Amino acid sequence: MAARKFPSTVLVVGATSAIAEATLRLIAERGARFYLVGRNPDKLHAMAADLHTRGAAGVATYAMNLDDTAGHAAMLAAAAQSLGSIDMALLAHGVLGDQPMAEASYAAAAAILHTNFLSAVSLITWLANYFEQLGQGTLAVISSVAGDRGRKSNYVYGASKGALTIFVDGVRNRIDRKGVHVLTIKPGFVATPMTAHLKQGPLFATPAQVARGIVKAIEKRRDVVYLPSFWRGIMFAVRMVPRPIFKRMNM
Amino acid sequence: MPQKPPRPGFESWGRYPKLDANVVPLNWACDFPLKPPPATRMLPVGAGRSYGDVCLLGHGTLLRTRGPGLSGGMDRLLDFDPATGILCCEAGATLGEILDFAVPRGFFLPVVPGTKYVTVGGAIANDIHGKNHHVAGTFGRHVPLFELVRSDGRQLICSAAQNADWYAATMGGMGLTGLIAWAEIKLKPIVSRRIQYMGVKFSGIEEFVALSERNAKSEYTVSWIDCVSTGNNFARGIFMAGEHDSAARPLKRSKETKLSLPIDFPGFMLNRHTVGLFNTLYYNKQLGKIKSGSVDYEPFFFPLDRLRHWNRMYGKQGLLQFQCVLPWEEDHRGMTEILKAITRSGLASFLAVLKVFGDLPSPGMMSFPKPGITLALDFPIRKETSFDLLERLAAITLEHKGRMYPAKDATMTAAQYQAFYPQWKKFAAFVDPAFDSAFWQRVTA
Repeated sequence: MAARKFPSTVLVVGATSAIAEATLRLIAERGARFYLVGRNPDKLHAMAADLHTRGAAGVATYAMNLDDTAGHAAMLAAAAQSLGSIDMALLAHGVLGDQPMAEASYAAAAAILHTNFLSAVSLITWLANYFEQLGQGTLAVISSVAGDRGRKSNYVYGASKGALTIFVDGVRNRIDRKGVHVLTIKPGFVATPMTAHLKQGPLFATPAQVARGIVKAIEKRRDVVYLPSFWRGIMFAVRMVPRPIFKRMNM
Repeated sequence: MPQKPPRPGFESWGRYPKLDANVVPLNWACDFPLKPPPATRMLPVGAGRSYGDVCLLGHGTLLRTRGPGLSGGMDRLLDFDPATGILCCEAGATLGEILDFAVPRGFFLPVVPGTKYVTVGGAIANDIHGKNHHVAGTFGRHVPLFELVRSDGRQLICSAAQNADWYAATMGGMGLTGLIAWAEIKLKPIVSRRIQYMGVKFSGIEEFVALSERNAKSEYTVSWIDCVSTGNNFARGIFMAGEHDSAARPLKRSKETKLSLPIDFPGFMLNRHTVGLFNTLYYNKQLGKIKSGSVDYEPFFFPLDRLRHWNRMYGKQGLLQFQCVLPWEEDHRGMTEILKAITRSGLASFLAVLKVFGDLPSPGMMSFPKPGITLALDFPIRKETSFDLLERLAAITLEHKGRMYPAKDATMTAAQYQAFYPQWKKFAAFVDPAFDSAFWQRVTA
């Protein structure tokens, strides 16, 4: 079988996230065209200029608040029209949220679930049908190792990512057989603005390291990747801890 | 268990002084001015590769244009025109990242310092220089345009023609005039990664000066000098001259450095004996009087970058740097006096560099380089003796009408600074009212 072509038209949702930006820089060098979606138009423009300088064949931007699921269809249609056809969609938006606040208030918890899960469900529903109809394409979704098991310190964020992982698993089982590559990306700790307030330990990876892993996973059409890969072992161990012990642990 | 003192969130490369500050990552130019504005004074910092306290602000807010770790931050390349060689980038891009982009496209930076890990913002704020100062002048001479953002949100496009006073104040302005958002740099074409070099052993300043004059047409010249040996070996060194290779070769991108110094060495590791041994080995590595060859630009320009965190060699107490420039003197009495004071102290490290500055004017109001001879080296921190020595060196520098380099300083007094840079009062009018630095507090006290 001939090697598949690397995606050359890419829709990126949550484009200004550090992991997405690092990933796009690698893809830009291959001359891809991008459609960047994010909240802040100034940031989108700065990023578009950078990707263009680094070799992107074209970059268009679309500013919107992704919590506004009613606006998704219009944005996605505009992206498909601008790119001609979407080879790949990368979903990278999300919030860490404030766990203590989410423990105290349903509204705070629901806001995290809405941004990280429901808005992704809205986008993936449209994109899965789009790629299914096309009979090809790559749907890459950034979830998190935090979704592998509920932990005391961040279970609301974890639940939003865990639900996302399960949802994407199901979508894969539906459309992989139609020729669509569905990739679940589970980064561990990454040194990004989202985690800037946390104490940075030796387990922290850079966005560039994670980006290289994402590009490789796209090339190899992997189903699920932990990035860096040692997180697969760590999360296996975390999942294996018997519940009577796990419930007493402070993690 | 006894409580360890908290580690400061941000250290300069010299790791002295240790001053705690609130570090705010600035990943996008549009995030400045901060909303809400911080309660303290602030200072933009990039990679933190200056040595002393010019990039520090105790109890202040540091606006960090680099992400945590080695990537990210305000590092975007906004435009490149291969026809003119002009690259426009955000202030947090490092020179190494620019070279990774430019070299495969056949371009090189017009001026590079001894490390590629400095940011463009830092290079402008300290109006840095390199081995080609005698033919190219400072970094700032190759920056035709940049944008300065003041804490009140005012955006100033600065060039020699537009806002020329802000341009001159910001160039070498130690980050005090506002945030540099982006800058244009004029790159130069190359056809090979390699540098054709020649190394010549010398003994004494006279011979160093003669070699510098004879090789004034070489694009890059620099000398390593032994600041430990006495007697017949006093002021021995190796003069190096280099040019970009004119024979075309593949322009690949640099590989990433993996080697890193993982821990702090105990402070006593560097002493008169170990450094003396190193210097003898280094001097005799080159057997003949003259050696020539060709080498990749990375080891030629950035030999120390091959070992990440080399500053840990000095232990966690850190190190002191000293760099001065002395104007020309017939008998080189000032430089001889400085070298003698250093050898007598026995404190010198092996990283001592001597270079002739040319007479191309620096574009900044506060730029350090001026015509003459410059000497740079670092010292371990030994209580009393190191500080006494630096005080002595500052005094000799002043007496011989030279000046010291703020980017490498942690010790000069306000009186010395104000004598080195008498224009400081004029500059002070350009300092952003919400900005400050530990260095500026010290030298204007």
